[in-house]
Amino acid sequence: MSAATQLPPAPVAAAPAADVGEGAGRRGWTGYLLLLPGALWLTLFFIVPTVSLVSTSLYDPSGSLATGYSMTGHWQNYTQAISDYSPQILRSFVYALIATVACVLLGFPLAYAIAFKAGRWKNLMLVAVVAPFFTSFLVRTLAWQYILGDNEALVSLLRKVHVLGADGYLLDTPFAVVTGLTYNFLPFMVLPLYASLEKLDPRLLEAGADLYASPVAVFRRVTLPLAMPGLVAGTLLTFIPASGDFINSELLGNPRTRMVGNEIQDLFAAGDYPTASSLSITLMAAIVVLVLLYVRRAGTEELL
Amino acid sequence: MSDDLTLTSVTKTFGSFTAVDDLDLTVPQGSFFALLGPSGCGKTTTLRMVAGLEEPSAGTITLGERDITRLKPYRRPVNTVFQSYALFPHLTIEQNVAFGLHRQGRKKVDAEVARMLELVELGGMGGRRPAQLSGGQQQRVALARALINEPDVLLLDEPLGALDLKLRRQMQIELKRIQVEVGLTFVHVTHDQEEAMTMADTVAVMNQGRIEQMGAPEDLYEAPATTFVANFLGQSNLVPGKVVRGDAEVLELDVEGTRLTADVARARVRDGAVWVGVRPEKVYLSHAGEEAGDDDNRLHDGIVSDVSFVGVSTQYLVRMPWGQELTVFEQNTGSRDRFRPDDKVDLHWRADHTFLLDASQDATAGVDRVGE
Repeated sequence: MSAATQLPPAPVAAAPAADVGEGAGRRGWTGYLLLLPGALWLTLFFIVPTVSLVSTSLYDPSGSLATGYSMTGHWQNYTQAISDYSPQILRSFVYALIATVACVLLGFPLAYAIAFKAGRWKNLMLVAVVAPFFTSFLVRTLAWQYILGDNEALVSLLRKVHVLGADGYLLDTPFAVVTGLTYNFLPFMVLPLYASLEKLDPRLLEAGADLYASPVAVFRRVTLPLAMPGLVAGTLLTFIPASGDFINSELLGNPRTRMVGNEIQDLFAAGDYPTASSLSITLMAAIVVLVLLYVRRAGTEELL
Repeated sequence: MSDDLTLTSVTKTFGSFTAVDDLDLTVPQGSFFALLGPSGCGKTTTLRMVAGLEEPSAGTITLGERDITRLKPYRRPVNTVFQSYALFPHLTIEQNVAFGLHRQGRKKVDAEVARMLELVELGGMGGRRPAQLSGGQQQRVALARALINEPDVLLLDEPLGALDLKLRRQMQIELKRIQVEVGLTFVHVTHDQEEAMTMADTVAVMNQGRIEQMGAPEDLYEAPATTFVANFLGQSNLVPGKVVRGDAEVLELDVEGTRLTADVARARVRDGAVWVGVRPEKVYLSHAGEEAGDDDNRLHDGIVSDVSFVGVSTQYLVRMPWGQELTVFEQNTGSRDRFRPDDKVDLHWRADHTFLLDASQDATAGVDRVGE
């Protein structure tokens, strides 16, 4: 406005100002209208369930589905859940962490190869990364039951080369659970990493080499920092769902590999809604805290 | 001991395509050397082989006594200013400039970085990111990032290509100033003949993986060795002729029935069929039959077919009786009226401005300049 009043011919200055005001108003309404479906969706399927989950977590645990629950603000549900299930919570995070690290170790070379070395095979390799999604998560995990089975080729081979003992086995071990997690979440690591690496100008790598950086130094100083957004996105997309997963432990593990997801599932199934809810909220809060710490440490706040 | 950069019989093939063909080249230490040629002539490939980013298929590259042919790029005392600048987007300007020193294990580099940024007139910009700078500023960062390492040879791969004309002229002068100041060997690759001539002590004109001619810009311009050089470096009029008589100094020529003379010094062939060449700005126009000047060579009865006014000069196309169109540039001194289309004119020039080329070469080679 102050700029407009400085212009000598007042009427001329006023006209565009009015125009701008009207345009801004229309744009404003359009924005809210476009926001509406998403906002409704979020309210219905995120805010309402979360509020319901939080309130359920504070119900009196003496109630049941048959007799009904009473809202007593029973925060002891949380202390109870944490003291009863902290081993499973910890185990979930350890498994998820190992699986995430394994995904990085497997996914980074794969994404790098697709981005820089694949040539005309690039699209085919990307399809191959995504292809497993054409079958259900459950079926793919069941397939691993077979692959890791006691009488199958892999175990026989490992026994023969004495990596496993004569009666050694893979299925129903923590190894099997982490393998399943790694397998199932690998594409979520590869795709964001690929997206980051694909944008990386190969001339930057040449410039690094030209400026006395050995291949290792080029990787540390140029490739890795520029792939950081993809790496952070990939680790989040792997770690978060892996922490809450229960299918892999259910199908590939044993009672001592139970993760917090299995406990929540069983508590809901047993009708103990308050404990199940408080355990869910605890898991969610713990993940949020871990992710915040991680993202701050990685220096990629703009992702949030 | 001199640290000349020497390429000996260097060849580079990509599949069945020969990018650089049996190239021999010596770049004296401390010189500003330009590799000039059209796109795809192999100049960038040559540069990349010196940088170590490509490995020659055959031949050797030495720096002084040292064979660097198969040395990894990060072990060579050679730095490059890339065409796209290739600044690291995740690092600040200071960090970009310090990159090479840090990789060589140097710790305290702040003072040097600051001094280098002053040299390229970017003092106080050190904390910014490349994306926050203009094209010209990024170009100077790229230069500083390479120069700070004090390489034996600095390679410049069309570093001014992305700049607009005015900025390019300014940067040319600046680059030349810096080269004189630091005294390093500069090898500059470009397709811009004006850029090559204004900056370099020595220009090598490259075509199809080979060097056509190498020398001081004036020598190349005044006495081109091939039709390609004659056309690529500036413009030339090439008229078919024949040597009829000659002694140790002067050759007598027959051009479409007219007697012309040429100096032996600028003759690449001394008998038989030749291309008789003359630069358009060396030719003086007069009205047909009018007695003008005492230039030895004169072609009669041309007809002005086109006049274009370009400010500093006027460019005439003159159709000769045998159908060929010749180009004449005349300075706009304002001392006489411009000719008009359909005026009958004679063309005059001095015998020692005539150059003779091998008639078996293509007279249109290098005319179609790519990228201009």
